[in-house]
Amino acid sequence: MKVLEKPRSFYQRFDRKPGAHPYTTHYCPGCGHGVLHKLIAEAVDELGIRDRTIFVSPVGCSVFAYYYFDVGNIQVAHGRCPAAATGIKRSRPDSIVIGYQGDGDLAAIGGNEILHAANRGEDISVFFVNNAIYGMTGGQMAPTTLEGMRTTTTPRGRTILNEGYPLKMCELLSSLPAPVYIERTMMTDGKHLMRTRRAVMKALQCQVEGKGFTFVEVLSQCPTGWKMDPALSLKWIEENLAKAFPLGVYRDEVKDREPHKRRTWIPSDEDVLKELELTLNLGAESGDGHARLVKGPIRFKFAGFGGQGLMLLGEVVADAGMRAGNHVTWLPSYGPEMRGGTANCHVVVSNDPIGSPVVGECDQLLAMNRPSLAKFEATVAPGGSIIYDSSLIETPPTRTDVKAIPLPATEIADQIGSTKVANMVMLGGLMAHLGFPGDEETRETLMSRVTRRELLEKNFAAIEAGKDQVQRLGGR
Amino acid sequence: MTPDKLRTERELIKGNEAAVKAAVLAGCRSFFGYPITPASEIAHAAADYLPLVGGTFLQAESEIGAINMCYGAAASGVRCMTASSSPGISLKQEGISYAAGAELPIVIVDIMRGGPGLGNIAPEQSDYNQMVKGGGHGNYHLIVLAPNSAQEMCDLTFQAFDIADRYRCPVCILADGFIGQMMEPVAFPAPAFPKSEKDWAVRGDAETTKNFVTSIDLEPEALEKHILHLESKYAEAARNELRWEEYRLDDAEYVLIGYGIVSRILRTVVEKARAEGQRVGMLRPISLWPFPSAVIEGLTRRVKGFLVVELSNGQMVDDVRLAVGRQVPVHLYTRCGGMVMTTKEVFDKVQEWVAEAQNEGAREAAQLLPKI
Repeated sequence: MKVLEKPRSFYQRFDRKPGAHPYTTHYCPGCGHGVLHKLIAEAVDELGIRDRTIFVSPVGCSVFAYYYFDVGNIQVAHGRCPAAATGIKRSRPDSIVIGYQGDGDLAAIGGNEILHAANRGEDISVFFVNNAIYGMTGGQMAPTTLEGMRTTTTPRGRTILNEGYPLKMCELLSSLPAPVYIERTMMTDGKHLMRTRRAVMKALQCQVEGKGFTFVEVLSQCPTGWKMDPALSLKWIEENLAKAFPLGVYRDEVKDREPHKRRTWIPSDEDVLKELELTLNLGAESGDGHARLVKGPIRFKFAGFGGQGLMLLGEVVADAGMRAGNHVTWLPSYGPEMRGGTANCHVVVSNDPIGSPVVGECDQLLAMNRPSLAKFEATVAPGGSIIYDSSLIETPPTRTDVKAIPLPATEIADQIGSTKVANMVMLGGLMAHLGFPGDEETRETLMSRVTRRELLEKNFAAIEAGKDQVQRLGGR
Repeated sequence: MTPDKLRTERELIKGNEAAVKAAVLAGCRSFFGYPITPASEIAHAAADYLPLVGGTFLQAESEIGAINMCYGAAASGVRCMTASSSPGISLKQEGISYAAGAELPIVIVDIMRGGPGLGNIAPEQSDYNQMVKGGGHGNYHLIVLAPNSAQEMCDLTFQAFDIADRYRCPVCILADGFIGQMMEPVAFPAPAFPKSEKDWAVRGDAETTKNFVTSIDLEPEALEKHILHLESKYAEAARNELRWEEYRLDDAEYVLIGYGIVSRILRTVVEKARAEGQRVGMLRPISLWPFPSAVIEGLTRRVKGFLVVELSNGQMVDDVRLAVGRQVPVHLYTRCGGMVMTTKEVFDKVQEWVAEAQNEGAREAAQLLPKI
């Protein structure tokens, strides 16, 4: 005599379930969920993957699947199962992740999540219970509700005009190249139960082999939602649901696919630092001892067209300032200032902690196009200076209370052989005029940022040329 | 030098990128995000670095996808992170509420931008209410930390992973576009994170098959019990995780209050006012939840008033007013829509207000005179 017992992947007593009946499920009589639960638990037993299995339960009647499955359980937000399952599988590649979703959960509110998880070919198995109705919330229309079917939200029957066509998920997902296996089954008789059992096994086996996304849609009975007795519901599936949602294998490339490569590397602390390009400072605080601090705070604005390298110019000044032991801030043009033909950045260098990094009034303006000069000339503090690219700006500044230094940066850069280094000519001009940033720190900064030797040489040449020009003008 | 003080050489780096490096140093190995200005550099840096350390970076299909991927990753016991900006955070709120309910440690970075709606990409601080007061449904808090420099983007993100694990709750790094976009020198901490696995997580191994993660408690008695349990955690966090900075408050008569980029502006204002001989100081809340109410309450007894400065329509000011009561005036100065106040603007406000307070004082004194 065959003794019927629960699969080992089920709890023998459902202690998580509140109430007085720890041996029965919370499902209604004749519901399909319990049957599919059992088929999944048996497959988990048979594949010997109970310890590795993480069951992701949805929102809907099967929200309480964790009452029953003696595996790791994670219950997630409505429709988000494929996203959460993605996070689990990517973080725990050795786990077997089972997604279990109803039609509202998967095809309505979670339509985007299932589409993209399938499209990425996530190595998870999704079981989709399609009973054409919302069970838990009280028999409302599902995306899979049939035309003419009466529900609590289609009291006169679903019409194509108002609610559209029933959504066919197997057909939809099989238009994607990534899924490995997609099948639709039902559980109305022994033959179809066996077919469903094989499909469940196949999907999980595929994940054990690490081959990618599998999807099994099961047409399932909901006697309560349908207001039918259990026997009639089975007949209704065969005569109606299975007609609208044809059974069959929609994709089977299990044999053709290679297993996903899984990461195994756990880096050491040293590896982590190396990959982040960081070096531990084992000595004194950096900057100590050889600090070459600026006197007061210096507020810079660098402005010109996008592509002239002004952001980089500002970064080099800030970086070199930092290397000399100063506090520095660099702020890209951001917010309303971005309009009007200028790209600009704000840099503050100071030997004290810097308050606002936003430079309203500046001490040094480096302008490389006319709109920038026009826009920012008025913001230079009295006694400050303006270095401008006189190759591109024909009209010199009109202010008399600031020092204006013309520097034909673009022409000089062209002579060096690359218009792109005009920003470095400007930097040279600044160094000659202000005595900041220092040669050594500027060199270090550029060497850490520019790897191509040829370009580096051009940068240095540009800086020298800019310096010469400003010194010849008697800039300092 | 003790290992916990060990730091890297300083690097000039954007706040957004500093947050990612700090996360990796804190053991974060899963990042799920969706592009949005001005937070995208976080996703860029995560895409760069996480695969290099054996971690996962995935650009999700949506903000909703990203936060739920974090939900799954956190439930499976790994340190994980997501980042976005205001409209994206609005989309994540459902997942944040679920993570709070299911007690999942997730670090969420919000680089705030202008709103409501699509607003703009310029800096604002208008997510205070949605992050500090809880933008999602239900009874929960996030622990919210507000950096004001690239160094703090690093330090607070680094600490956020420990805090999230300690209280098993999502932690938010709430920064504005400036803090994310600005480059400053950052000295990073040495890598440090627990090497042992989390015993409550569902890790997909034999030890954890009895664990389960959920946010549902169908029985009202059970849900009330769960909420009270969350409350007790929050009470503990409120005691332990309070962070604030005082600047020249010792003898201050007037206190400026601001967080994030605003606090940097206020610092300059304080210096200018001090140069004028005015006794002005600044209080900077670093943890916005828990909020340093007791500190403000303490100041109330000895100062003449507060000026709250925000890049919003005035959101944090509600918390300041709750702490101050009606003892002394609480003024508010805000810019919004991406407009940022200059130091001069705030300084002028302080002048007006100091003069007003003095006139008030003189008037009160004058009223008192006949009585003497």
